[in-house]
Amino acid sequence: MNYKKKTPGEHIYIFVCYAIIILMCVLTLFPFFYLVAASFSGATAVMRNEVVLWPVDFTTKAYTVVMKYKGIWMAYANTIFYTVAGTTLSVLMTILAAYPLSKSRWAWKKPMGLFIVFTMWFSGGMIPFYLNMKNLHLLNTRSGILLYGAISAFYVIIFRTHFESIPVALEESAKLEGANDFQILFKIMVPLSKPIIAAIALYYAIDKWNAYFWEMLLLSDENLIPVQVLLQRIVINSQLGQDIAKSLSPGEATIPNTIKYAAIMITTMPIIVIYPFFQKYFVSGALVGSVKE
Amino acid sequence: MLTKIKTELYRNRYLYIMILPVLVWFILFCYLPMGGMVIAFQKFDIVRGIFKSKFVGLDNFSTLFRDPYFFRLVKNTLLINVFGLIFGFPLPIILAIAFNEIRQKYFKKISQTISYLPHFISSVVVMSMVIQFLSPDAGIVNKLINAFGHESIYFLQIPKYFKTIFISTGIWQGTGFSAIIFIAALAGIPKEQYEAATVDGAGKFKQMLYITLPNLAPTIVIMLLINLGSIMNVGHERIILLYNPAIYETADVLNSYVYREGIMGGRYSYAQAVTLFQNVVGFILVAGANKITRKLDGTTLW
Repeated sequence: MNYKKKTPGEHIYIFVCYAIIILMCVLTLFPFFYLVAASFSGATAVMRNEVVLWPVDFTTKAYTVVMKYKGIWMAYANTIFYTVAGTTLSVLMTILAAYPLSKSRWAWKKPMGLFIVFTMWFSGGMIPFYLNMKNLHLLNTRSGILLYGAISAFYVIIFRTHFESIPVALEESAKLEGANDFQILFKIMVPLSKPIIAAIALYYAIDKWNAYFWEMLLLSDENLIPVQVLLQRIVINSQLGQDIAKSLSPGEATIPNTIKYAAIMITTMPIIVIYPFFQKYFVSGALVGSVKE
Repeated sequence: MLTKIKTELYRNRYLYIMILPVLVWFILFCYLPMGGMVIAFQKFDIVRGIFKSKFVGLDNFSTLFRDPYFFRLVKNTLLINVFGLIFGFPLPIILAIAFNEIRQKYFKKISQTISYLPHFISSVVVMSMVIQFLSPDAGIVNKLINAFGHESIYFLQIPKYFKTIFISTGIWQGTGFSAIIFIAALAGIPKEQYEAATVDGAGKFKQMLYITLPNLAPTIVIMLLINLGSIMNVGHERIILLYNPAIYETADVLNSYVYREGIMGGRYSYAQAVTLFQNVVGFILVAGANKITRKLDGTTLW
């Protein structure tokens, strides 16, 4: 490959490339390292800014305080429910939508495709959506949260394209054996699509884990809110949960920063922990998402 | 004719069963709200509902276009997007080109994995970190400023800092992930082009200028047009986590206004007029962008 020795200019060029990437990595990771360090440090050490990358006055007090707060367990359980049930529903509905759309023998293939794709570029907006949820009696219900974002038209299109790429011969031979469309879909198509299902399920799951806006708007019952909404109340609105306030010494008016850091950590941990293991699917999902047919 | 319909219905009966729940969902959660857009032409009353509220024609729009506050919202929305593009758009391209030059497999893989990570962190967490880091009493940024002998700055209370903070946060969160599409495009450049250039004596930097960039040009143009298509939109989800009344002057955008006035304030019709204005402008821009890309390289955005 190398036909001649590298010139000094090339060395500089390569050096700059490495420098850009290393800088990017440092800037990306620093907030996370600081977060971990601060959440395990003593409150006064954080106040005095002695913490940089390593915990000072190591303590797990912030975590024990947050974990003593009952609300966070409830919110966590809610988030897990919304994520698991919501992702299952979403993947199922997306597959059910994509399969008929991939069949050219179906008279409604084109119109139905347009009907679904249209929602990608046009929507009523926030207010009609909210009023609609109200009219459907889905305010303050778990089912409302599961339903409002159940299908993403974009993922339907990705699945449809994928199903279209599976050879028709497979379907035809199954038909001869007497299989119907449900059997073809779940016994042939789905097993052949495992990697793409994994990638899209992961993306749905991340979206649901991270969702907060509609959850904040639609849910007024404390027992239904997910952990993101709780975090927003603790950190951004500085709204004290009764239990958190009680566990602090009486004179303190605001939640010490270490506790806020611990709350942020607890909310993000699952994503950061699974991230390296599912890295393959995160990237493949991004690619199917960005490269359109 | 009737028998034809009957055979189609029978032959594809399972397809109809499959699509039924999907159809119902799209009608209930996408098309019903689209119908709800008519409230922009009404004096909507939540007790009377859509069908009994008074029709007022374009009244909401004429109030809107005479409202100086509306122009502030449009200005903030446009400025955040334009500055976001100027500073944020080149970075993923630079990052992708840098990644492309890296030969060490593990370094490349690990650093790429790190670069995507912020994209998957929730807005609440990211904005919580921003608020914590910028906090005047214990935030690390202000501690640094204190260390140089200056007073703490109330970053999130002073209007002039907001756009910089908001755009930087967006760049931190999105650059690595946005680079993916350029990395994919770079992988498609034929190796022969580089080999020929090397034979001709072109160095790495020249190869980047004369081979890499021209090959990336179509992707760059398409991504730019996609971004221009949504220039009237700044997501309220991230704005409302960071702004407060003291900095509405620079931080309030169309979407956050719709949320605050419409949903919180109950001025449904007026706020919906804002959304409809955004939708119409957005639709024209996307359709225009689509036409341009079709002319440029025969592909379409959708």
